[in-house]
Amino acid sequence: MAGQSDPHISLFSAEEVEFMAEDELIEIVPNMRMDPLNFICGDFGPFLPQIASQVPLWLAVALKKRGKCAIRPPQWMSVENLTRVLEGERESQGAFQVLPFHYVEISRLLFDHAREDIPDMYMVRSLIEDIRDVRIHKVETSLEKFSGTSAVKIPNLSAMEVNIIRPFVGRALQAFYKHDNPEKIPDVDRASSAQTRAANNEPRRQLRR
Amino acid sequence: MASGAGEWSAEQIDDYETLISTTDVELLKRAWRNEKASPEILPFEEALVKRAKEQIQLMEETVDDFAESGHDPLIASLYQMDLDRAQFLLRSYLRVRLQKIEKFMFHIWKMDTYRNRLSIEEEKFTERCIRDIGKYLEETVLSKLPDNYQSVLKQSIISEEDDMVPEPQLDTFVVAKCERATRPLYLDGSRQSASFDSSRDDHFQMVPGDLCILRYRPFQEELMSGNISLV
Repeated sequence: MAGQSDPHISLFSAEEVEFMAEDELIEIVPNMRMDPLNFICGDFGPFLPQIASQVPLWLAVALKKRGKCAIRPPQWMSVENLTRVLEGERESQGAFQVLPFHYVEISRLLFDHAREDIPDMYMVRSLIEDIRDVRIHKVETSLEKFSGTSAVKIPNLSAMEVNIIRPFVGRALQAFYKHDNPEKIPDVDRASSAQTRAANNEPRRQLRR
Repeated sequence: MASGAGEWSAEQIDDYETLISTTDVELLKRAWRNEKASPEILPFEEALVKRAKEQIQLMEETVDDFAESGHDPLIASLYQMDLDRAQFLLRSYLRVRLQKIEKFMFHIWKMDTYRNRLSIEEEKFTERCIRDIGKYLEETVLSKLPDNYQSVLKQSIISEEDDMVPEPQLDTFVVAKCERATRPLYLDGSRQSASFDSSRDDHFQMVPGDLCILRYRPFQEELMSGNISLV
């Protein structure tokens, strides 16, 4: 059947993107003693006071909420690095700086749950917000240059950015493709005019429900 | 391949190392992402789902034991969280598949390639779904239409094909991450590895870590072989 795939099936919600980010590893410094944890998602620990340990972000946040550890912000979240990244983003119009795939979600979670563990928290937060804005703006301007094609590389784009542009870019590219290759898309609806389809979005689907 | 361990290619060793360092949760997450993002139903990850179910069951017992033995409530709650996350992934994976089946049931049922991708339970579900929807449409609408328009699958009896069956649109665009280097690929779908014609400029190649927006159809094979994953 012609038309878009159902967005409810193929899109990730913001919560789902965050869920994926929560599996990223981060360093914590526990303040208590605890045996190793043998989880389905892997083995972590043992935990000893003042000895740093790598755990998934969700576990770090859970321990932090209970006051059992301090979280060590990742290297890329330092003021120096972020300042450098922001400058890089502003200087190059085309390219994106290297940041973790989940940088938006990771920094959000840390700001929400571990603010006292981040040195220069306000500075870091405003830097990340600036970086985000510059990047989103760049994504939007670079979209203007998009043309019909089957594959585009989008180096260094992050998960949240991908998720934001996905519905629009996906549909736009599909429309380009459709107009370039009218014969390749078996359009069962072609008989019924475009107007009917616009007015009554996918009439047959409605009947089937 | 009857070669000894000494003759392993670098690629095989690479594969092996990723295999042992990747947990089932990681694999399940990849399967879930792929299934959510791809327009068509993908082969059912039978072995993986079975392993995940076993691990979840084991963990449920462990958590119950913790509750009974009055173990440290902190540790019990952490194990519970891990369990919840694994359960969410498994449920969501199965649920996305059911949604796809509900949407494309007639199409899946008549195409052997798709039918073979279902688990036994999913096959039963599809069959029941088709029967119930067919019966429902029959009773509510189709039986009241003129004779020539009573098919569930066709607009009217003069239709040559089943033109009332929704099919997955394989020319949708998906976002993919490259896991293993892909071979150069022509975007019209033809793959030529033996006589690669570098004069054509429409070939496309990815290296691990690359992030791309792709038309789904030419990259189907790369997805099935695990060279790319959808995000």
